[in-house]
Amino acid sequence: MKIAVCIKQVPNTTEIRIDPVTNTLIRDGVESIINPDDKSALECALKIKEQTGAEVNVVCMGPAQAEIALREALAMGADNAYLVSDRAFAGSDTLATSTIIAAALHKIGFDLIIAGRQAIDGDTAQVGPQIAEHLGIPQVTYCGEIKYVKKTKTFTVKRIFEDRYQILSVAAPALITVLGANVKPRYMNVGDIIAQDEKEIKVLTFADLGCAPENIGLGGSPTKVKSTFTKQYDSEKQLVELSPQEAAKLIADKLQEKHII
Amino acid sequence: MADFKYRLFNKMIEDFALNEVKPLAAEVDETEQFPYSTVEKMAKLGLFGIIVPKAYGGMGGDYKMYIKAVEELSKHCATTGVILSAHTSLCVAPILEFGTEEQKQKYLPKLATGEYLGAFGLTEPNAGTDANNQTTTAVLDADGKNYILNGSKIFITNAGPASVYFVIAVVGRNPKGVECAAFIVEKGMEGFSIGKKEKKMGIRGSSTCELIFRDCVVPAANMVGKHGEGFKLAMKTLDGGRIGIAAQALGIAEGALKETVNYTKERVQFKRPISAFQNTQFTLADLYARVEAARGLLEKAVEAKQAKAKDVSLRAATAKLFCAETAMEVTTKAVQFHGGYGYTREYPVERMMRDAKITEIYEGTSEVQRMVISASLLK
Repeated sequence: MKIAVCIKQVPNTTEIRIDPVTNTLIRDGVESIINPDDKSALECALKIKEQTGAEVNVVCMGPAQAEIALREALAMGADNAYLVSDRAFAGSDTLATSTIIAAALHKIGFDLIIAGRQAIDGDTAQVGPQIAEHLGIPQVTYCGEIKYVKKTKTFTVKRIFEDRYQILSVAAPALITVLGANVKPRYMNVGDIIAQDEKEIKVLTFADLGCAPENIGLGGSPTKVKSTFTKQYDSEKQLVELSPQEAAKLIADKLQEKHII
Repeated sequence: MADFKYRLFNKMIEDFALNEVKPLAAEVDETEQFPYSTVEKMAKLGLFGIIVPKAYGGMGGDYKMYIKAVEELSKHCATTGVILSAHTSLCVAPILEFGTEEQKQKYLPKLATGEYLGAFGLTEPNAGTDANNQTTTAVLDADGKNYILNGSKIFITNAGPASVYFVIAVVGRNPKGVECAAFIVEKGMEGFSIGKKEKKMGIRGSSTCELIFRDCVVPAANMVGKHGEGFKLAMKTLDGGRIGIAAQALGIAEGALKETVNYTKERVQFKRPISAFQNTQFTLADLYARVEAARGLLEKAVEAKQAKAKDVSLRAATAKLFCAETAMEVTTKAVQFHGGYGYTREYPVERMMRDAKITEIYEGTSEVQRMVISASLLK
């Protein structure tokens, strides 16, 4: 069995601060990390590897510096690493990115593709599902658990929602996206840290993939970004002075109104 | 290429120490419980076999990585740091460097995976700094198959949880003094038992006990090195061990400095954070300079050890002396900056100061390090 895991290298946003003057992100000196959801996706793949002996191939689209992210994945126990990198890919939006990665995955070959739900620097959650569409395979999103069932040769996956979960069964080939919060990724281990030194990162360029030039890069990206901003939770405030009993009733009513209770 | 290996290793051990070791440090100290769960996690990551070659079931890493691991673990928990240091420097390293092929094949794979934890037995009640004054004896039995050990060792780190002990015993006497040999003693060997557990000032989660040998039967095949070489092997082993303790001390100093920097920015007195006072600023600067100097000496010692350089004893003694005294100075000042709070167990600097003290004592006191250094200068 071949499992492909899609990872992205992102700035560690827990370390990012906002420049108070320009109101933009200060990225200087901020370390790059494997996107947390993607790291959990890798963990799911490595668990299946332990159970079945599957081959785990990690794929990352990005500049040359993304090599360290792939090497970290190898140090966690992945078997092979592919860097999808070319100047022609620069400026790609999610559609163009998924076109390129789908082409790379097609070339590498897979039974199962596991991706993180979304990247912390963009929060779109689009690339995984788009890859599945390009490849014409089923997709199961927002998963917190993946188990291989030997008898039926299917995967039992747990989809997590805010207030419920679903257990589904899916056969390969398929694409699954993983919610990081539910899967704690393993640490790198000393043996694989040393072994990765001997491994080569395979680079896939525009020439290797055969994508139509009009579908990739800035030209192949229909999305136009108007502005970006950090999520804020500024809900309307209401100040009231009430007796404890009245206040309790008001709170209960409000919670009911918002369908929280 | 090699650059990636160290970058990834450093990131792994930093993450592990911060997320898995730091949260338990206060509890490990308070309860004086050996951190078995942490040791199990460390074993899974391959930390107990860093310096063991792949041919013996190890990771094929190097001394630089192992030393970095001790330093990072000790930043948050000196107990966890010394467990790895004693295992690696004092048991794995001498078997690897001086053991026979059979001994290496028998013991290294299990030590490398952490299935066996290692320890070292040299110190006796009347043979501490005067390590030549050993009284534990090893006598070859009549048929020449086994040595019979009698005596005791004290202050043995990892004793109890450890399965393999690298033990020095007297095998003969000559006009100059005793002749020693080194033996691999396994837990469960007839006549070998663990005695009193020490109640210590610091590194309280590490298990420090007495080893008791009462007609203990050790196969002659478990003698490491030659008859009469025991003391020499022990001293060479301690050269490596001192680099491990220097790393532990450096880690403690770094941990205490970081805590102090954070605290001085938060603590307000006279309407200003205490970091705004020049006394704080200058003292922190001096401590930082000392820590960096200590790191430099440690790096030199690690290089000497990796290169199997002739001056490794001198480098190890210098690094150990300076790192240990730096740890003591930094932690003492750290407590002072924390004031009354620093004297309580609410803040980690109190523990760090207690932990720092041992680094000036074990694996050769600071006075022994000065003896080694001056002997090298004056020879």
